[in-house]
Amino acid sequence: MSDKLHRILLFVAALIVPVVCGGIVYALVTDAYEAFEHFGFLNFLTSSEWSYTEGNERYGALPFITGTLMTTLLALVFCIPFSLAVALFAGEYFKGTKIAAVLSAVTDLLAGIPSIIYGLWGFYTLRPVVMALNLSPQGSGILTASLVLTIMIVPYAASLSAEFIKLVPNDLKEGAYSLGATKGEVVRKIVFPVAGSGVFSAYILAVGRALGETMTVTMLIGNTNNMPDSITSTGNSMASIIANQFGEADGLRLSSLIAIGLILFLITALINMIGKIMIKRARII
Amino acid sequence: MESVTPILEFKKTCVSYTKQTMAVKYVSAAIEKNTITAMMGPSGCGKSTLLRAVNLMHSLYPNIRVDGEICLNGEDILSMAPIDVRRRVGMVFQRPTPFPTMSIHENVLAGFALNGIRLSKADKEATVERCLRSVALWEEVKDGLNKKGTFLSGGQQQRLCIARALAMKPDILLMDEPTSALDPIATKHIEELLLELQNEVTILIVTHNMGQARRISSKSMFMYLGELVEYGDTATMFTNPVDDRTKAYLTGKMG
Amino acid sequence: MNKKTVKHRLAEDKLMLWSVCLLAALTAVPLFAILGEVVWRGYGQLSWSFFTEPTPTAYKAMKAIEAGEPIPGGIANGIVGSMIMLGMAMAVAIPSGILCGAFLAEHGKNRFAQSVSYLTDLLQGTPSVIIGIITYIWVVVPMKGYSAIAGSVALCIMMLPLIIRSTEETLKILPVSLKEAGLALGGNKARVMLKVQLPAAFGGIFTGVLLAISRVIGETAPLMFTALGCSVVRYAIDKPISAVPLLIWEFFNDPNLQELIWGASLFLLLFVLTLNLTAKYLAKKWNQ
Repeated sequence: MSDKLHRILLFVAALIVPVVCGGIVYALVTDAYEAFEHFGFLNFLTSSEWSYTEGNERYGALPFITGTLMTTLLALVFCIPFSLAVALFAGEYFKGTKIAAVLSAVTDLLAGIPSIIYGLWGFYTLRPVVMALNLSPQGSGILTASLVLTIMIVPYAASLSAEFIKLVPNDLKEGAYSLGATKGEVVRKIVFPVAGSGVFSAYILAVGRALGETMTVTMLIGNTNNMPDSITSTGNSMASIIANQFGEADGLRLSSLIAIGLILFLITALINMIGKIMIKRARII
Repeated sequence: MESVTPILEFKKTCVSYTKQTMAVKYVSAAIEKNTITAMMGPSGCGKSTLLRAVNLMHSLYPNIRVDGEICLNGEDILSMAPIDVRRRVGMVFQRPTPFPTMSIHENVLAGFALNGIRLSKADKEATVERCLRSVALWEEVKDGLNKKGTFLSGGQQQRLCIARALAMKPDILLMDEPTSALDPIATKHIEELLLELQNEVTILIVTHNMGQARRISSKSMFMYLGELVEYGDTATMFTNPVDDRTKAYLTGKMG
Repeated sequence: MNKKTVKHRLAEDKLMLWSVCLLAALTAVPLFAILGEVVWRGYGQLSWSFFTEPTPTAYKAMKAIEAGEPIPGGIANGIVGSMIMLGMAMAVAIPSGILCGAFLAEHGKNRFAQSVSYLTDLLQGTPSVIIGIITYIWVVVPMKGYSAIAGSVALCIMMLPLIIRSTEETLKILPVSLKEAGLALGGNKARVMLKVQLPAAFGGIFTGVLLAISRVIGETAPLMFTALGCSVVRYAIDKPISAVPLLIWEFFNDPNLQELIWGASLFLLLFVLTLNLTAKYLAKKWNQ
């Protein structure tokens, strides 16, 4: 095979990715078009109605956008202390020890568990706990979904943050110790500021993960189509409404679901892009 | 002079990394106040290890052991809390380590920030100016105190790190080859600076550079294979060393 | 001068150490809770017939429950379906992913390669449910029906970025001298890649493939609108087909079949975690 043919073959293989991505955008936009045209783009985003009685179909994405944002933000808030602790444990306090390797292995395995199994565990184990604590009567809802989402994104945020915490030069830490700082002070005043932008980008990428998480949320969020009014109420996220209704939908409802899919795709792409750019910058410094 | 307690005294100090091998073996020496004492010796002779022990840097690494005594103003620091000792013992490292997220101003005051000490605004200004002046950096940076310390040149960064150590008013300043990463001109600046600083603070400096030791120090230690071979007036040691090993080192016949 | 006492600072330091340890330990709890629960509730269901028989109908299951007997049948239809779809997805994703990764490793600096690299990230970050929608639009609608083909397309799209990345990264860390030595011996680029670079990168790529498999084998959302599911063991690729995660989802939604959830989950979990551990172990071994 000549060098030229070799180059062409590689080039064609590389074309697959842009073609698939272009195809995704094209297919989502064309199939979502009907919904946007029918309701108007802004109206579709801001309407909180979701009714499929024939002749009076009204679809709006607001409750699901809200549901996604609420579950994601809650999961992020819960995730921060845990992933920070794991990152500090493995990247600073017990760096290079056996116990840190064990903890990393544990979080790796957590990251590997399929989301449907997280959903089952949330449903059969966590939901009764939430009920027993009187946090919500039926146990399902935004809070329950966020709790399990937290467990799912902690490994991701933790391993990325640990990578940046490990990168903080030893020289700097010794410099700070030589001035009389305790380990905790070195961590808070030197390690965090220096590793900060990397750790922050790790959280952004973790958010990107949480936004599109489907099965877990579908099994735990309660599947109601109205606006959630508190963190314990039930709802639907963008991914879960699609998972729940896509199979039975057609016509305008199908188009509306695809429109929600398009919005979810764009939000995730944006968040991931910001995260990747930030992480590249943080790696250079 | 004989009646005064030395500011720093090693008493049979040993440092070991593993159970079998000792990096520093039974060093005993007394350092006088307001002198510059140079520590010399071939690589791996234990001079840096011994210096770092004075700041209890070894306590950051669980497998390093220090035995014997190291007395600061008569008190054994090995039995004291590291954070107490380190406030009184400043340290400057081989490579300049200004904190990259802090401005020049904040870098000088880093010791206070790290130790949770709050200063009034006037105290802060005064400290920053005093310390930067004493390292001859004030004129160069006074208009850009809010710039990041990492924008300075290597020599300026190292002077900033000295200022940072001086801000804590240490009893003794440890320097671990502070000019080995700098160019000759920056090195000369630092050497001149150290000669001036010895009135303020006692300096213990590890150096690879015999010329440097000769130019700035009044006392010298020569270490070899973890032992303190010779300790005395720099002038005497360079002209008339007692031990053959010192002679070999100084005449370039060894490492 | 406002100053914290040394005692206070040391206490703060201790408190921080302990909270780090405590929170880190708490993070490990869910793994054991999940493993424990799945094993505890699932191991009793595992038997030979669980792997060789297809899912019972809801009616049969109801009868068995009424009679107080264990539910008959198993997840053979899911296992077969998962394997068929995985096989087809791998057949496409592995060669094209490796070629694309090789392209990125070789032309990493030019503009086109950088945009491909960015789009690979985009694809990797795309929620799986959207891959499901896309495959529905691309494959299910034109074929006028759910099929194993559609399911495998979805899995293939999900595997692709993972394989591309692992190939690219492994090839990039190979010493340039390796390639140069090959070229110096007179081999052309294709031959050098095939005989020198790819074999040298085999470990990394293999690990990447294992991780990609473990990622997609548990995916449910993209199969719901593509493979749909099927209650008999089926080998046809143009008909709806089942998969292990799809079965779990079915069992979850059907009160009569709930007894089967944990056996199926245990099987899936063990499969995925074993793949994961093997991949990590091999990666470590090959790195040394």
